[in-house]
Amino acid sequence: MLQQVVNGLTLGSSYALIALGYTMVYGVLRLINFAHGEIYMAGAFIGLMASQVAGLPFAVAMLTAMAGAAVVGVIVERIAYRPLRKAPRLAVLISAIGMSIFLRNLALALMGPQTRAFPIPFEVKQLHVGKLRISSFDVLILLTSVGLMIGLHFLVQKTKIGKAMRAVAEDKETASLMGISVNRIIAFTFAIGSALAAAAGVLIGMNFNAVDPSMGMMPGLKGFTAAVLGGVGSIPGAMLGGLLLGMAEVMGVALLRSEWRDAIAFGILALVLLVKPSGILGRNLQEKV
Amino acid sequence: MLSPYYYQLLVIASINVIMALSLNLVTGCAGQLSLGHAAFMGIGAYTAGILTAVYDLPFAVALVAGGAVAALFGLLVGIPTLRLKGDYLAIATLGFGEIIRVAILNMKITGGPFGLRGISKHTNLTIAACAAVLVYWTMTRLMNSRFGRALVAIREDEVAAVAMGIDATRHKVLAFVIGAGWAGIAGGLFAHWFRYLHPSSFAFGTSVEILSMVVLGGMGSLEGSVLGAVVLTYAPEFLRGVSPFVSEHRMLFYGALLVVMMLVRPQGLVGEGTTGLRGSKLRKLKVFERFQIGKARHGLAATRKKSGNLKDSTDTCTVKEQVVDLAIGSGAGSKGAGVAGQVSGGGDEHAGA
Repeated sequence: MLQQVVNGLTLGSSYALIALGYTMVYGVLRLINFAHGEIYMAGAFIGLMASQVAGLPFAVAMLTAMAGAAVVGVIVERIAYRPLRKAPRLAVLISAIGMSIFLRNLALALMGPQTRAFPIPFEVKQLHVGKLRISSFDVLILLTSVGLMIGLHFLVQKTKIGKAMRAVAEDKETASLMGISVNRIIAFTFAIGSALAAAAGVLIGMNFNAVDPSMGMMPGLKGFTAAVLGGVGSIPGAMLGGLLLGMAEVMGVALLRSEWRDAIAFGILALVLLVKPSGILGRNLQEKV
Repeated sequence: MLSPYYYQLLVIASINVIMALSLNLVTGCAGQLSLGHAAFMGIGAYTAGILTAVYDLPFAVALVAGGAVAALFGLLVGIPTLRLKGDYLAIATLGFGEIIRVAILNMKITGGPFGLRGISKHTNLTIAACAAVLVYWTMTRLMNSRFGRALVAIREDEVAAVAMGIDATRHKVLAFVIGAGWAGIAGGLFAHWFRYLHPSSFAFGTSVEILSMVVLGGMGSLEGSVLGAVVLTYAPEFLRGVSPFVSEHRMLFYGALLVVMMLVRPQGLVGEGTTGLRGSKLRKLKVFERFQIGKARHGLAATRKKSGNLKDSTDTCTVKEQVVDLAIGSGAGSKGAGVAGQVSGGGDEHAGA
């Protein structure tokens, strides 16, 4: 049982990393970035290339993946979202879905449909704590996720650009009147969210030793579920939602059959949307007329 | 005579036309983005297929039953989800679509991952084309009815529509149920043409393909949906000859198509330009004026009901223009005069991202 908790925590912390990107973008744009799962996939591929082809050490490969995905995220925003800043929601939404399909199939065309192995580039030790088996890689996932989340919290709460991000999320027009370049802050938000997704992509890719072009879809949806569960727009909510979802999924698979794994996440999503769409820590957004 | 190749292409095109028209009712006319439409097709296909293959029922009965079961699921999914808006609705429908697919994959009677075999061939071009024409005809009737106009009103401005006494959720659910039912019938035709069903035929990718058809043709436009369905059915076949790469990676181009259409021509190839996508005339008006328009529209509907003098054939577009004229004549002429400015407040905000 305790073993499941450990598994749930590792899975959940990676969901949380993905959920953060959704939540941050939603905070500034009120848009669900459908292409986020594909950016996660792109991050995993860049990490794979950096680690396997270029032979970079793990930490450098990770940073390369994060930087690369950040660039992809900013480009996506520039092409598909910025021209539609004043367009109705439905148009932006369809554009986002189009971008997601485009990126997935671009990876398919460039990389081929096969699943590539992504071995962990260092030796993994098994730690035995009582009956518990924890691999050093689980510890690495947890530490990296927690480290990134603390870093993000610091960035958003303590720095000037974080303050600008919060101001843009609060009210774009007023923020721009205060001399904040709204477009630059939105691009920055995409960059940060994408970098976090890439970190998750590399970690999960290594954990399952598999990277393929459609790997982004399910984690993307689950990251979104986690974001909604915690309350879209709330950064602590995304972390909490990710951990809860990871736990629920691991427990659900332990209790039910594993074929229903994905249905569990969607069931939770449906339930949250129906009962409390604002999520656990989210604020209730009133529609402006 | 047609070669078997073109015959099959036309059958598929007819099925796709039904799918596009049914999604158009939900997404184009009512403005509710659904990303799980293929799941309803799947439900219809499996229901009809199982009824003829396992229970030996006649094809016609199976087809109708498939549509009915799909509509029932449309109701079950629609009631909870359609209270949600925009992005949430899109994700929720996507989620339900996937749940339905996973369920089909894990059931015994559907053959699970091995697929459903042994369905006999009943669909032919005549049946498929007749069904497509029938759906098209009902759609034109539907969109010229009070119900259709209410859907358009919800799409253009849900708050204003509700203020005018339109039960938005009920109308949206009804549109969803009708759309799901037709998708189920399309699924039944699909099942009895290909004679083999697999859950992967009804996955997210198929929903996106149908959405691409609707968007390419023009959301809310019936002719557009037909055109989009025919073009996107034929395009991969055509491109196979020109460039195998394009045909093989057609999803790549569907994705790009969706983005480019939204950037360049959000109303689609033959769209009317008032699909709620391009900040329509109505949307640009202030709240007070919208209220006046709503009042005028409501009055118009009431008059129509009483006297029946107005011709029923006026389509939504001209009604809207009449209404705008009416509204501007009857009080909203205060554009620029104090009232509208004061009441409106964040009127423009509504369309903003």
